Order: sequence, then C-alpha cells, then structure tokens
Amino acid sequence: MANQPPLLEIANLTKHFPLKSGLLNRATSVVRAVDGVSFSVAEGETLGIVGESGCGKSTTARLLMHLIEPTSGTIRFRGQTVGTSEMPLKEFRRQVQMVFQDSYASLNPRLTVEDSVSFSPTVHGISRDVAVRRARSLLDRVGLEPKRFAGRYPHELSGGQRQRVNIARALALEPRILILDEAVSALDKSVEAQVLNLLLDLKQEMGLTYLFISHDLEVVRFMSDRVLVMYLGKVAETGPTEALYTDSRHPYTTALLGSLLSMDPDNRRTEAPLAGDPPNPINPPPGCRFHTRCAFAEPVCSSTEPKLASVSTGHEAACLMSIVGSGHSKAPGAAA
Amino acid sequence: MTAPKSPILSIKKLDVTFTGGSRPVRAVDSVDLELQRGEVVALLGESGSGKSVTLRSILRLHNEKKTKIDGKIVVDGTDVMTLEGPALAQFRGQTVSMIFQEPMLALDPVYTLGQQIEEAIRKHEPNVSASDARSRAMKLFERVRIPSPERRLDAFPHEMSGGMRQRAMIALALSCSPRILLADEPTTALDATVQVQILLLLRELQHELGLSMIFVTHDIGVAVEVADRVAVMYAGRIVELGPVREVLRSPKHPYTIGLLSTRGHGGKLSGDRLPTIPGSPPDLANLPPGCSFAPRCSKAEDICRQRAPEPSEIIPGHEVRCHLATA
Amino acid sequence: MQDVSTGQVVLEPIQRSPGYWATVWTRFKRDPVAVGAGLVVIALVLMAIFAPYIAPQDPYKGMALRRLRPPGTEGYPLGTDELGRDMLSRLIYGARLSLFMGVTPVLMALVAGAAIGITAGYTGGWVNTLLMRIVDIFFAFPSVLLAIALSGALGAGIANGLISLTVVFIPPIARVAESVTTSVRTRDYVEAARASGAGSLAIIRKHVLGNVLGPIFVYAMSLIAVCMILASGLSFLGLGVKPPEPEWGLMLNTLRTAIYTQPLLCALPGLMIFITSIAFNLLTDGLRSAMDLKA
Repeated sequence: MANQPPLLEIANLTKHFPLKSGLLNRATSVVRAVDGVSFSVAEGETLGIVGESGCGKSTTARLLMHLIEPTSGTIRFRGQTVGTSEMPLKEFRRQVQMVFQDSYASLNPRLTVEDSVSFSPTVHGISRDVAVRRARSLLDRVGLEPKRFAGRYPHELSGGQRQRVNIARALALEPRILILDEAVSALDKSVEAQVLNLLLDLKQEMGLTYLFISHDLEVVRFMSDRVLVMYLGKVAETGPTEALYTDSRHPYTTALLGSLLSMDPDNRRTEAPLAGDPPNPINPPPGCRFHTRCAFAEPVCSSTEPKLASVSTGHEAACLMSIVGSGHSKAPGAAA
Repeated sequence: MTAPKSPILSIKKLDVTFTGGSRPVRAVDSVDLELQRGEVVALLGESGSGKSVTLRSILRLHNEKKTKIDGKIVVDGTDVMTLEGPALAQFRGQTVSMIFQEPMLALDPVYTLGQQIEEAIRKHEPNVSASDARSRAMKLFERVRIPSPERRLDAFPHEMSGGMRQRAMIALALSCSPRILLADEPTTALDATVQVQILLLLRELQHELGLSMIFVTHDIGVAVEVADRVAVMYAGRIVELGPVREVLRSPKHPYTIGLLSTRGHGGKLSGDRLPTIPGSPPDLANLPPGCSFAPRCSKAEDICRQRAPEPSEIIPGHEVRCHLATA
Repeated sequence: MQDVSTGQVVLEPIQRSPGYWATVWTRFKRDPVAVGAGLVVIALVLMAIFAPYIAPQDPYKGMALRRLRPPGTEGYPLGTDELGRDMLSRLIYGARLSLFMGVTPVLMALVAGAAIGITAGYTGGWVNTLLMRIVDIFFAFPSVLLAIALSGALGAGIANGLISLTVVFIPPIARVAESVTTSVRTRDYVEAARASGAGSLAIIRKHVLGNVLGPIFVYAMSLIAVCMILASGLSFLGLGVKPPEPEWGLMLNTLRTAIYTQPLLCALPGLMIFITSIAFNLLTDGLRSAMDLKA
C-alpha cells in the first residue's frame, strides 16, 4: 500500500487575491487566501480538510478544480503535471469532480434532473442517449428512482435529494477523485447521515478517492482516513485521523478539538479554548500565523515561520514546538 | 419548602397556520410549553419542525394578515395575543427580547452600534438622557466581553467580525433588561471556536441576570450545553419534552432516539455506517393523518397512522407523544 | 459501470414534471390582477387589428361644421375632434400606431441590447468594461431628451421615430442583460459545468441563455409602457408620427387648443395612453412574480 505513488500531489499551491481600491482600481493590498499549501492524496483514501472561516479550504478546492487560476504552485495527477501537455485541463476534469455546498445553486433550475446529470458526458463526446442512460443508472445508484425523479426540476426536490443529484452529476464522468466542499453542511442531520452513508457506499463500489472539506469535526472524523487542518491559508497540521484527534500537536488543532461540544450535561464546557474571531487573511501576522492567539507563543514565534515537521509516521505539524532546535522552549531537544 | 411559582411564560395549545400560499401550511400544531423563572428551555428540531415559528409567535413577529394564530401565550400574567400598539412595542424588548441567527440582518447597517443601543434604551425609557444611555451601552459592551468597548460603540456592523457582531446583538437585546430572552439559532452561523465563546457568554449572562431563556437550535450539542429542559419538535408538534439529562440518557420518542444516534454522542462515530432515520423531513402542507412521524418510523403500527398521539407522562416532567412509548 | 455504445439504446418512459413555462403559466393564472391586465392588453391589440371593422366612421374624414362636438352627440358617441373627425374612430385606429410605436422599438432594442449585454456579461474583463462604458454614455442622457435630440436630428416621421426610440432603450436593456448574465455566470451550476470541461459555447447555450432570456424579456416588457408614452410625447412635439395619422399622443397635441372649451375631449387620448400603460405594467409585474419560482 505505502509504495504507490500518490494519486494527487499538490506542491506550494498559492492564491493571492489583489484588493483593488482607489480611483484607478489599483491593487492596494493582497488577500493571501492560500499561501504555499502542499499535501498529497493516496489512491482510495479520504482526506479530510478542516478549518474555520478564512482558512482557505474552499479556495483550495476551487484551485484543485482549476475553477480559479493559482498564483503559483503545481498540481500533479498520477505524477503528471496538470495544465501541461502531460495532463491537459480537459482531461484532468474528467478525473476530478466536485460537489458544492449549496444544493440548490448547483443545479440549473431550468433543466430536469436527468438533463443536469447527463450534460457533462455529452460535453466529452458521449452521445445523448447513452448519456441519459448513464444518468438514469446513476440516479438509481444514489437512491432516486429514475421513473419518479429523472423528469423533475430542482425546486421540486428536498435538499437531501438535490445533493444526491449533485453526487450523481459529479459521478457522470466516472472520475477518480471527488471533492466534497461542505457537501453535507446545509442538510438536516437526519438527511446528512443518509448522504454520508451513500458516499461511503459509492466510494467502496467505485474505488473512489475523496477530499472531504468540512467545518464539522465530528463528521470529518467519521469519514476520513487522514486529516489536514488549515489556518489562514497554510497547513497547520496533517496526519492519520486518530493520531490527529487524540494526539494533536498544533495548538490550533487542540483548540479546535477543545471547542467541540461536550454532549454531557454534567460536564459542560467551562472555557473557550480561543478568544476572538478567526483573523482576516489580508495581513497575516508575521512568523507563525497563529502566534497572536496561541497560549504557548514565545518571541521566536513572531519571527520564524514554522515549516511542517514530522511528529510521527505520516503526522506533521507546522509548529516550532515540534521542530528540533527551533528556539522554542518546548521544542524537542531544547534545554530543560 | 417554597410554593411552586407560576411560570413566567406559558404557551397553551398554540396553533400557527400560514395562509399566504396556495395551500394553508400548519407550521405549529397544538404546542404546550411552560417556562419557569430562571430556566433555559431548548427547542430542538430540524427544518419544518416549527421551532422558529413558535419562537416568533411569542413576539408576534408574523405577518398578521397571512398568519392564523390560535391558542394562548401568557407572559407574566399578560396575554400576548391581546397586546396592541404601544403596549406591544413596550413588551418587545423590555419584557421579552430576541437574538437571531444572522446578526448582519438584525443590525441596521447605517447606524453605529452605540446609536442602535442608545435608541433602544431611550425608546423604552424616555427619561434616560443621552449620556446615561451611552454609559449604559458601554457597560453592556463590557458585559458581553467586547474588547475596547469605547471604540466599538462607534463602529458600524460591517466593521466587526462575526463573533463581535453576535455579542453586539446580545448587548442590544439585553439593553432594556428583559425578563425573557429568546434565541433563534444564534450560533449556527458561527465558527466552532466562536460558538463556544458565545454559548459560554450566554450561560454566564443567564446566571448573572437570572434570565429565562428559550433557545432554538438544530444541534443537540448546543441544547446540552445551555438548556435545563429540552423540547424536541417534529412537524410542528412537541414530540418529547423533559429535563436534558433525561431526554439525552433515556429518550423515548423514536425520532429523538434516531437523532441522538446519528450524532453518536460521546465523541467518535466509528464503525461502518451511520444509523439513519429513513425518508425526508415532512411536507407541512401535506401532513399524513395520525402521527406525523409514522412514515419514517421503524416501529409504526396501525394506530400510529390513524390517530395522532397525545402527550403522556413517562415520569413527572418527562412527556412524550407516542402511542408505543407508553404502551 | 457499463457503457453500452453499440446498437440502439432504448430509454424507458419516465414521469415528466411540467416544464418551466408551464409552471409559470399555472402560477400566472392564479393572479387575478395579472390576468385582468393581460385581457385588457389582448383587447387593445384586437381593437387595433380589427379597427376597420369596429370603428363606426372613417378616421380621416371630417367636416368643419362638426368641429369639437362633445361626447354624447348624436352619431358621434365620443364627440369630434378639431377637424370634425369622429373621436371614437380616431381612438380605435389610434391604437394601431400607438401600440406599434410602443412595442416595436422595445423589441428591436431587446435584440440589440440583449446581444450586447449577454456578451459583455459572459466575457467579463476588458470587453465588458468597454461595452458597458459605451452603453453608459448613452444611458447618461435623460431618455426624453435623447429621443427628442435623435428625432430632431433625423427628422420627423414614423421610421425615424422608431430608430430614435430603439436607441434610447438599448442601454437599459443592455445593462439589465449584463447584470443578469454576470450573476448567472457566477452561479455554482455554471462553475460545475466549467468544472466538467464544457466550453464557453456549450455553457452559454445550455446553462446561461435559458436562465437569462426570461428576466431580460420581462424587463423589456416593462419598458413598453414607457416607450408608448415617449412615442406619444414625440408625436405631441411634432416629431415621430405626423398628422393626419391617428395616434394618441398626436391627438393630445392637436386637441390642445380645445382644452378650455372641451376638456373631456382632450382627456380622452390621454386616458387611452393611461389605460394601456397601466395594463402593460400590471401584466409585467404579474409575469415577474409568476417567474420567480422560489418565492
């Protein structure tokens, strides 16, 4: 298992949005939405991506789909660089598809369900009849009886049903990777469970690989093999799910996990792990971006930006406390 | 032993029907609820459950022309349905106040926060001078833990972050010292780390000020953090009501049991698949006869489909609407 | 996943929901005000088409002896105008030109404006900026002044009137088309279509046009009433339609002199303009609500 090349490799992905103002619309400052993010996804795994507002996870998803142009960085699929003659964009788009958060906005209100699902195969040269047949079979797979649902319009369906249509639509091109960008966040909990089960079934049947982006830590824990935590456009920590959840090494991850509600009326939360709101990616703090809110911050944290350092197998954290000889008093090997 | 005090809020047989669309929609059906002084009750449910509609009825926020409301809502001896004009305006904000899910929608974007709070204070208490109102606003900001309150009073809503705005809205709601605070999903739109802060703040304020609260949420975790009692709603009816420990540890209604199991409480959800409640949330314009949960209930029997269950007590204080739970 | 690509593919029949326009029609029918307004518009159009069969007299023939008779005169139910012509017949025939001058420029502006706006909206970037700033230059002129200026420059007459009115209405339609297209372009379903590798043309055809033409069309319809009034205004000023053609605006002009002696007579053409524009406005409002499926 371990020696297969990763299916997807992201290296130094960066996206800066210029903020324009003034009379001539000149760029006055820059939103560093995604700032040098690198990770890889192995075939057949589910990588969970978590973070709060402004962390850049949705921008990362859109960069992966090439819906927006990266400022810099490379994406490699099966070792081939995307966007070059090795892996042209149109071909890449057959391999990676996305399910969006807003189930209503993701569907053209004027097209029937089966029209929406069969559109993308027709774009890639498949005849309309075959595309419709595939669409109906997919609708059946996601639990929507074609006879009743294929001829309906999006406004006639419930949120959960629409999301199933979106999943069917994403699968119409038979992709290898599915990016789920807060795909279940807007659904009622009882419906969310159904859709999550469906996603697991489909993954098993079709040998898919998932990127599961969500702000809901419990759902991510349930769905993912590995998790990536983002903060202000950078990767704070990444590792196997259980390792991250039980032995988090980045103070932000610990704070996030500490914000989970207790579900125990006799043991309610008594303190908030973090004060204030997640900051704005326009002028991120120097050095470690988290140092302004970190309980363990020391002067070295405001001048040195930590790189991702290995904590144990496959588990990395971008924190000076995990980097040998970084100058932080809690770093391994520091003077006692 | 002290004699039982009368509840500060009492809702009896509340029915709310929306008549605006092509068919009448029964959003709330025969809801009975009592709120004791200093108590926090959570209304828990998903979309279409009627929880927000119930809350808004207490403040008479629905469009009078398109809504038919039956039943009694009594707050501290006053029948809310009979209030009109100045009495109703007085009631809103001074006796009962509300905080909403989206602070950007509840705050006026063209006035500073200080101005909005001062306006609220002076509307309800005309004898308060401008400078007194301002110092009260300052104290409120301090109480809700807004840093640099002096400066923030002169800020506009869009200049503040989500968590700050939510605190400002809480300050606004508390500005006239209401007795009851209604909260309509105030933390749903917030990040996890901010949600915890706001929930703790609300709990603190509730203790300090002795507020009685009704807290609407779709998240069981939130209900457990703040509430003394929880009322689970489905399709406009309260299907289970009881102390939060009771309902959490021994739920009796199949819907409550289903909800709790999908949330795998206690932390990790492991194993292959999540337990689910089949089907989709109910269509309020098209409710089936009998128990509205029956189409999705694995235990439904004929009686469930024919007759809607009435509330029955399991143990004092814990009641449920289910034919089979009390069989 | 199998993929049968040889031989015939037989698709089973499925239940089909009523399409968008069928749903719009059902919703529209339930609105009594909109239906009423629609009937009035239809009545006016029929009146215009069948004018020769409905009008009792020849609208061009008048006798000086019978000038400015009040409504209720024997043989002339709505009186006569300043040249002795029957008012009722003139009003009925007037519907032809008034409606024509109200609707045609808007239709032509719709075609041109939609093309400009949709292109600008979908392309974005400097093309959008260029097109929209040119449109804005025209938009900056008050429509009445622009219409008068253009008509004056081109000269009077129906054809020139049509041209100048069309130019006046292209900018607002182009603006609405651009904004609607831009908002549709950023919707998730268009992003999803791009994400599946579809090219611009396919996306425009399948996803953009269907969602954009409806609102643009309804907006254009709401301009008909304005256009009618502008056209009447042009005729009133001596531009556009020339005498002896029956046209409501022109009639307002020529009857001006009788305003103190026969005020009721003077008001009649104005009343027709009023009724027609209100009917179009209510009809468009009703259409707009019916088309808003989410509400």
